[in-house]
Amino acid sequence: MQAPKTLFEKVWDRHLVSEPPDPGLPSVLYIDLHLIHEVTSPQAFTELEKRGLTVRRPSRTIATMDHSTPTEPEFSMGRLRVLDPMGAGQLDRLRENCSRHGITLHTVSSPDNGIVHVMGPEQGLTQPGMTVVCGDSHTSTHGAFGALAFGIGTSEVGQVLATQALLMNKPKTLAVRVEGVLGEGLTAKDLILGVIADIGVDGGTGHVIEYTGSAIRALDMEGRMTVCNMSIEAGSRAGMIAPDEVTFSYLESLNGSPRGDVWNAALEDWRGLPTDAGASYDRLVTVDVGSLEPMVTYGTNPGMAIPVSGAIPEADALEPREREAFLKALRYMDLEPGAPIRGRPVQVVFLGSCTNSRLSDLRAAAGLLKGRRIASGVRMLVVPGSQRVKRAAEAEGLDRIFTDAGAEWRAPGCSMCLAMNQDRLAPGEYALSTSNRNFEGRQGPGGRTFLGSPLTAAASAVTGTVTDPREMAL
Amino acid sequence: MNPFTAVTDAPVPLPLDNVDTDQIIPASFLKVVDREGLADGLFHGWRTRPDGTPHPDFALHHPRHRGSRILLVGDNFGCGSSREHAPWALQAWGFKAILGRGFADIFLGNAHRNGLLTVTLPPDRHADLLEWVTREPAAQVTVDLEAKKVVFPDGSTVLFEIDPFARHCMLNGLDPFGHLLEQLPAIEAFEARRGPGLQPGGGEPRRIS
Ligand code: SF4
Repeated sequence: MQAPKTLFEKVWDRHLVSEPPDPGLPSVLYIDLHLIHEVTSPQAFTELEKRGLTVRRPSRTIATMDHSTPTEPEFSMGRLRVLDPMGAGQLDRLRENCSRHGITLHTVSSPDNGIVHVMGPEQGLTQPGMTVVCGDSHTSTHGAFGALAFGIGTSEVGQVLATQALLMNKPKTLAVRVEGVLGEGLTAKDLILGVIADIGVDGGTGHVIEYTGSAIRALDMEGRMTVCNMSIEAGSRAGMIAPDEVTFSYLESLNGSPRGDVWNAALEDWRGLPTDAGASYDRLVTVDVGSLEPMVTYGTNPGMAIPVSGAIPEADALEPREREAFLKALRYMDLEPGAPIRGRPVQVVFLGSCTNSRLSDLRAAAGLLKGRRIASGVRMLVVPGSQRVKRAAEAEGLDRIFTDAGAEWRAPGCSMCLAMNQDRLAPGEYALSTSNRNFEGRQGPGGRTFLGSPLTAAASAVTGTVTDPREMAL
Repeated sequence: MNPFTAVTDAPVPLPLDNVDTDQIIPASFLKVVDREGLADGLFHGWRTRPDGTPHPDFALHHPRHRGSRILLVGDNFGCGSSREHAPWALQAWGFKAILGRGFADIFLGNAHRNGLLTVTLPPDRHADLLEWVTREPAAQVTVDLEAKKVVFPDGSTVLFEIDPFARHCMLNGLDPFGHLLEQLPAIEAFEARRGPGLQPGGGEPRRIS
């Protein structure tokens, strides 16, 4: 009998091209699916050309435009040009590279365009047991399907294009077991912010996380994607969730999904992926979310999160060597140690990003905003994750709920998650944002970010301050 | 890639924990299709004032640190985005080695692939070095990749661990890409062995919607 294996080990072993002949050499790992976008790919194609190489398996690479594309609705309809010549240059370069190498590209005017980690799963590109990479750290999102998915650098993008494989050292495994039932008004975003606050922003370094436990099983696929998306904010390149009936029915619901024998064979294979009884992880942590509150960040990394009713820690509560970074973060945020977070004014609310821009995220926020108006002086941007999400939301009338409430309904893209286009905070402004990073200047130089769930974002837009969504009838 | 053996300099201290790659190189500098302008973008938000003039207090600007090839950082350096522009920018500024308490995974791999050495010091020795640098900013350290050791200003040494393949590539100025290309026959054999049918769609990712 074979030794029991974890989900990660099964996927890793299936993709091992060869065992290294010498323990000092890295393994060669086969890559099933490679996603690319405009920002981290140009130098990789240049490298390929310099070496006289071609793209070895063009059908395994899919491209999108997302990071720097404008989100004014007129843009995707071709009625607006990219204002910034350098950004436009990158988009042109991606277009050229994809057409030269026969790579499918979803341009901004394509009905399938979207943020890379929203687009892949919704098109059924991401499947259980696959290896998925992209020159983007939030590739961990795809792990929600039981795929081994992780971000890579631009040199590695070139390597995958040329060989369809990567050199890797085998990571360790960390099981994050999440138990308990999430309370009313709480979402997968609160769950993962709670986990990161618990294990720390480097708690998963060197490890692949497998999320297990009843609270994970209870999440739908979009919630699982939100969780896996933020694995990198805990230092893990990849986070995985074993596929189950929730996964299979999601995949089956996608239009044109294979039927009959192909589907049945796939299902049988996928059912063998979950971690075997008796398999062991290098580390295991358990988190209980039964009494979790909506979580909001106050500082400049995603681990600096507190319950919305809580107070910012006191500096004395920290190790002396952590104090400097803590105080620097508070200076940047212009917040006081010990102060409450609830009630802090915000000028901007951003509902979007590959963490929280899927249909269920928009539905949750719209449900709260229906019949309400956002506070005067607050700007709320709603940026759907893809054209498909946008169309589905419009078919349900969610766009009208947002615009009636006074929010902006925009075209898909990364937008204010990283402020590479025109969507950005002014220096000193505060945003309640559903994205994944509150780093200094991430949403615009001098801008300040509170991370939270779509419900917390919607509630905060209504009051113009950081608000507990449970205070509003949902 | 140029071979790396050892480097001696007075380290530039930037000992904060969790310095993310958005700080190392902000997104506004990522619009290049080559590696132009990355040194200008290095730590841009910390190095410059809102009006664009250099911040005189920032460690990288101090005259005594000019030209130093060693950076001393804190824990979890390089967390966040996978942008390889981060090690490119550090190298464009002139850094050859980074000493710290810990590095984020993606940054570490990106750095090594470009021949930028990262050295993880044990916490007590990291604290010692920081104290040295604060007390005697001109004191020099040597980072010796061949011997896998750091020589402190007082002559004491600390040995470090590093991925043997990364070390081999750096010492010999080799590029890991070449090694991967040598594996192409094995990759082809893998594809043939696996055959179609592992994934719906005959093993190729394809749209099923
Ligand atoms: S939405 Fe933000 S985190 Fe996600 S891929 Fe775009 S820039 Fe990266």
